[in-house]
Amino acid sequence: MTDKKDTKEIPKEPSMVRQKELISGYFDQLATAHEDGKKVVYTFVPGNLAELLAAFDVIPVLPEINALQSGMRKLSRDYIATAEKSGHSEDVCTYVKCDLGMMEQGIGPTGKPIPEPDMLLLSYTGCFTFMKWFELLKERFPKAEVAMLHVPYQGDGVITKEMRDYTVKQLETEVVPKLEKITGKKLDRDRLKELLQRSAQAEEDLVWTWEAAKHRPSPIDGYFGGVFYIGPIFTAFRGTQEGVDYYRLLRQEVQARIDAHQGPITPHGQLNDQRFRIVVEGPPNWTSFRDFWSMFADEGAVCVASTYTRVGGLYDQGFRHDPDHAMETMADYCLGCYTNLSLPQRTKLIAKYCEEYEADGFIAHSVKSCNSFSAGQLLMLREVEKLTGVPGGFIESDLVDPRYFSAANIKNRLESYFQMLAQRKGSGSTQAVGAML
Amino acid sequence: MRTPEKIAEECELIALDDRLGAVTRWREETGGHAAGHLPVYTPREVIDAAGMLPVGIVGSGEMEIIRGDAYFQSYICHLPRSVVEMGLTGRLDGLDAMVFPATCDVIRNLSGMWKLLFPEKLVHYLDVPHNHDPEVGGKFYAGELRRLAHDLSKISGVEVTDDRLHAAIERRNESRRLMRKLFDLRSDSPEKVPTAELYVLMRAGFQMAQTAHDALVREYYEAALASSRPEFDNARVIVTGSFCEQPPIGLIRTLEKAGCYIVDDDLLLGAHFILDDLPLDGDPFQTLAESWFYHSRSTPSRFVPDEVKGEYLVQLTRKRNAEGVIFAAPSFCDPALLEQPMLQAALDRAGIDHTAFKYAENNGQFHPILEQAGTFTDSIKLWSEAS
Repeated sequence: MTDKKDTKEIPKEPSMVRQKELISGYFDQLATAHEDGKKVVYTFVPGNLAELLAAFDVIPVLPEINALQSGMRKLSRDYIATAEKSGHSEDVCTYVKCDLGMMEQGIGPTGKPIPEPDMLLLSYTGCFTFMKWFELLKERFPKAEVAMLHVPYQGDGVITKEMRDYTVKQLETEVVPKLEKITGKKLDRDRLKELLQRSAQAEEDLVWTWEAAKHRPSPIDGYFGGVFYIGPIFTAFRGTQEGVDYYRLLRQEVQARIDAHQGPITPHGQLNDQRFRIVVEGPPNWTSFRDFWSMFADEGAVCVASTYTRVGGLYDQGFRHDPDHAMETMADYCLGCYTNLSLPQRTKLIAKYCEEYEADGFIAHSVKSCNSFSAGQLLMLREVEKLTGVPGGFIESDLVDPRYFSAANIKNRLESYFQMLAQRKGSGSTQAVGAML
Repeated sequence: MRTPEKIAEECELIALDDRLGAVTRWREETGGHAAGHLPVYTPREVIDAAGMLPVGIVGSGEMEIIRGDAYFQSYICHLPRSVVEMGLTGRLDGLDAMVFPATCDVIRNLSGMWKLLFPEKLVHYLDVPHNHDPEVGGKFYAGELRRLAHDLSKISGVEVTDDRLHAAIERRNESRRLMRKLFDLRSDSPEKVPTAELYVLMRAGFQMAQTAHDALVREYYEAALASSRPEFDNARVIVTGSFCEQPPIGLIRTLEKAGCYIVDDDLLLGAHFILDDLPLDGDPFQTLAESWFYHSRSTPSRFVPDEVKGEYLVQLTRKRNAEGVIFAAPSFCDPALLEQPMLQAALDRAGIDHTAFKYAENNGQFHPILEQAGTFTDSIKLWSEAS
C-alpha cells in the first residue's frame, strides 16, 4: 500500500522533473520556431521519424501530445465541445476533436502558440484515424507540403522484405525529398547516423528501466509512471544528447530504488507494499490521470508492464535503431510499433509480459476513441487468460473526453477486480495462482 | 417476363439470408471453394481467377446477436458484432477463406480476431496502397494481390495465371458495365429503379456466381425499363456514408417513402467501386493495383494525395442532377464520420443542401428518419421553388 501523505506535496522523481523541463522547453522552442527560422513538421507519435526530422533541424509537432497535454490540463472538454459545434461527430476520436478544437482557439496546451506546419508528414502506422486526422489538417493548412508514409500492417505477424522495401522506397522518394524541399538542404546522412546512434543508446537505458519492473518490489510503475518515461523518446528527443542524458538519469534513479528496495512514487506516495503486479493494455485516461492512477495505487497495485508505453517502439523486444542502415532501420521502427502488430502478436506479447513480469492480473483499458487499441481487446483478454492463467479485467473510458470517464464505475470495477485477485491469492487454489506467484 | 418486383423479391431472399444459402447451394452444385471478403473493396477478380466464389460479407442486421456482443466494447460500430456472430454460429462455415481489406482499424483488428477464433481457416489481411506512385505503391499493392492469389491457390488448387486473371477481369468488366447501365437508368428514371430493389439486386450478387448474377441484372434491367411505375414529385438525392456497415433495408425504403429518389449512393460500395473497364493487356496484377489509383470512387478509406475533399461528391451530385445529399453513416464509423465535415463543407461551398443521420445495421425504428428525410425533401421542394 502507499504511504499516504495527502496533506503534503508528494516529491517528484528527479527524472519526472527533468522530463517536465524537457517537454516544457520543447513547447517553448515550438512557440518561437518560425521566428527562429525553424521549420515545423506535424507528424504522429507511432512510427515518428524523430532522427530524420532532427537531421534537417526541423521541429516536430505531435498532435496526440497536444491532445493529451490538453487533457491533463483539463482543457480538452472545451476543445472537444468546440469541434463538435463545428460539425464533428460525438462518435469519433476525441484526440482529433481536441486537437482541432485547440486550433480553433489558436493556442497550445501550455498557453503558448503552436506554429502552423511547413509540412504534414503522416507516418501512417497502426492507426487508420491518423489518416483522417491528417486529411483534416490538410484542409486547415492547405499551403503545407504533404508527405504520406504508408506503413503496411503486420497482418500475418511478420515484417516481410516487400513491406520493408516499400517503406524504404517511400522514405527515399517521398519523405526525404519533401523535407529537402521545405528546408532547402540535402539530407546529411552522417548526421543522421549520429542521431540514430544516440537513439540506440537511449533505447538501451529505457529497456533496462522497463525490465527493472521484474524486481520485487517493482521500482517503477510501467504504465502510469511509464508515460512519463516515454515522453522524451516518443517525442522530439530521440536522437538527441538530452534524450541520452535523460535516460541515463532515469536508469540511475531506478537503480537507486532497487538498491533501497523501494517502489515508485505514486500520487499517494511511495508504493513499497505492492499487493498486486498488473499488466495493462491500452492507453490511459488523461483527464483524470491522477485519479485513475490512485485507483490502482490505493489498492497496492503496481503496473509492471504496459502496451501503451510500446506504441512508440518495441525496444524491449530487441529493436534498436541501427545507425549503419538508416533507412532500413527507420522502416523497421515504423513497421514494428505496437499498434502495427496483429492481434495474435499483441496477445502473445501480453502473455509474455504476464509471465516475465510475474503478473497477478491483466487489465484492458478500452478507450472509446481508439479502435486500433480497443477493437478485439475482449478476445485478447480471454486468450491471455487461456495462455497464462492470469485473470483479466476490463474497464472502459476515453482518452481526453471527460464525459466518458465515470470515476465511480471504474473504481467499483477495479475494487471488485482487486478483491477477486486477493481472494485468488489467498486461497492459493486456482490455476491463476500458479501463474501469479 | 418477370416484373422487377418479382426479381427483387427473389434477390431479397438471397441477399438477406445470413446463413448464405446461395453459397451453400453453389458449393453443392459445383464442389467449388468460396472465399469471403469484408467491406469496403476487394478485387473479386483474384478470387474468381483462383477458381473460388467471392462472397461479400457485410454483416447482418436481421440476426439476433447473442455471442458477438461479448467480443466488443460499447463504443464500436455494429458490423463486427454481427460478423463474429455469423462466424461463431457456423453461418460462415461454407467459406474456406476470409479476406479483410484495409478499411479501418475495426476491420483490421477483426482479421486478427479471425485468426484467433478460426485458426483452421485462411485469413488474409489485404493492405491497400496509400502511396500513389505506380512504381512504389502500385508495385507494393500488386505484390499484395499476388500474395492473395498465392494463398487462395493453395486452397483451390488453381494457379492464378495471367491468362486466368485477365479472363476474370474481362468478366468483371462486363458485370460493371451492367451495373453502370442500371445506375444510369436509376438516375434517368428513378421511379423505374427504386433503390431498395437495386440494393437487394446488388447484395444478392455478393453471394452468387457472377454469370448467374449478370443474368439476373440483365433481366431486372429489361423488366425495369419496360415497367410503367408512376413518377412522383420526389427530391433527387444522393446517399453517402453507407459504404461499409449496411443500413437495414427498411431504412432505404423509409427514405423512399419520405419522398426521396435516391439517384446515387455508396451502399455496398465494393460492388461499384471501380468506375471503368480495366485494360486487358499487360500485367493483370499491376492493372488491378493501378485501378485503385485511376479507376476508383472516392471513399473515406482511400487516401488520395492531391484530392480536394468533397469534390467527387459535388461532381456526382451535378452529374446525377441531384438536389441534395443525405449523409447516412453507421454509428461509430470513424472513416465516414471523420470525413463528413469535409464533405459537408464542400457541399456548402457548392450550395448543395444536405442532411445527416446515423444508423446501425440492426435499427428497427425508422420513424425519426422518416420525419427527418421528409422534412429534408420538403425543404428541397418547397424552398427551392420559393427561391
